[in-house]
Amino acid sequence: MSRRTIIPFGPQHPVLPEPIHLDLVMEDEKVVEAIPSIGFVHRGLEKLVEKKDFIEYIYVAERICGICSFMHGMGYSQAIEQIMNIEVPERAVFLRTIWAEFSRLHSHLLWLGLLADAFGFENLFMNCWRVREKILDIIEETTGGRVIFGSCKVGGVRKDIDPVTLKRIDKLLAELEKEIKDISNVFMNEYTVKRRLVGVGVLSKEDAHVLGAVGPMMRASGIAQDMRNLGYGAYSKLEFEPITRTNGDSYDRCAVRIDELFQSISLIRQAVDKIPEGPVDVKVTGNPDGEYFARLEQPRGEVVYYIKGNGTKFLDRVRVRTPTFANVPALLKLLQGCDFADVPILILTIDPCISCTER
Amino acid sequence: MSEKQEFKSITIDKLVSTVKELSAKGYRLVQISCTKLDENMQLNYSFDKDYEFLNLKLDVGKDAQLPSVSDIYWSALLYENEIHDLFGLSIEGMAIDFKGNLYKTAVKTPFGNC
Repeated sequence: MSRRTIIPFGPQHPVLPEPIHLDLVMEDEKVVEAIPSIGFVHRGLEKLVEKKDFIEYIYVAERICGICSFMHGMGYSQAIEQIMNIEVPERAVFLRTIWAEFSRLHSHLLWLGLLADAFGFENLFMNCWRVREKILDIIEETTGGRVIFGSCKVGGVRKDIDPVTLKRIDKLLAELEKEIKDISNVFMNEYTVKRRLVGVGVLSKEDAHVLGAVGPMMRASGIAQDMRNLGYGAYSKLEFEPITRTNGDSYDRCAVRIDELFQSISLIRQAVDKIPEGPVDVKVTGNPDGEYFARLEQPRGEVVYYIKGNGTKFLDRVRVRTPTFANVPALLKLLQGCDFADVPILILTIDPCISCTER
Repeated sequence: MSEKQEFKSITIDKLVSTVKELSAKGYRLVQISCTKLDENMQLNYSFDKDYEFLNLKLDVGKDAQLPSVSDIYWSALLYENEIHDLFGLSIEGMAIDFKGNLYKTAVKTPFGNC
């Protein structure tokens, strides 16, 4: 039997944009077990609900994550609106969907860039982020922000997109589609990329279910579940199917995210075509009294917003279960038996967001 | 469009058997969370099957000893350690017990104190 050693991995590591620590129990070059430590950036944002009223708290919700910021605001708003029976105007619902899909586009491109960087393909990394920059530009133009959009609020949205810009978005999507096609061709067909991804870190369908994996992580293992099918936002009026693969390896997780880029482009196009005229918000009166679990499909997977109101302007509880939190157990499973050299790739393939996870 | 959500109240002694039943029926564990009420703690165990959301609600005293469900759903260990670290609830039999070190907080059990 080989001698066992423990290699501490993180919280500071070139491949980790955010801090997580793993104790990797090794036998030679193979990982036998991985024990995680998180909690390095726990901010207690859920506790802040005691100090901010339910209208103000959306600013906190948006700051849970710098990538899915808009969808955190959207999830929080949807839960409050559900409790208070607020009917959000149709136009606002479509605008939320457009911004949510732009968030998915820039998040997946960010991840693809980080993945390319992790396996040493610097040029591909820069190409992904170059394309992502165009998405951030249009987000900035339509919301005023590149990281924190600040455009979602309880009862609707704060900004509208004028018809001229909507037309330009349509044109931009054609450009993006072409550039993403070029990038995806490299990820899906390049020999060196495939050598690092194919057959690496296989998560079976059964394990994905039992371990509670969500998002692209789960869909790459063959489970066709996408929270957008719940019909929130404008998704019930748009055509799409959950994107799945069956091998459950790193290559399939990459492929699902790439296909979701094209899916997001299609969803934005449909939303731009179908967006109705009308107001973008309604006046909110009263205070939330009741509880609700809002579930949304963020780029990394299902996010859960649990809100419990007591009839005052201060909520009893805001609880956010982020997708990375749900995907950590599956990551630990993937790491068992992998080569040490594949650890950075495997950590990246869950698309970890530790700030989200710890809130 | 709102999602249909089913809420069921249970007691501590029924927790493990109910969770076992749901696991056998093919439910996915969505999350476990805790809310501090005036006198008690309220736990929510949420599950999903084919987009059907089911939530088990459990009211317990602040000194209650909860059984772990991590031998049924291994992923529960993170939620349970989180509840232990932030709310101070004691949970027995967690698959990995971080002994209060999952989160590095300046104050012990910050969500359960005040």
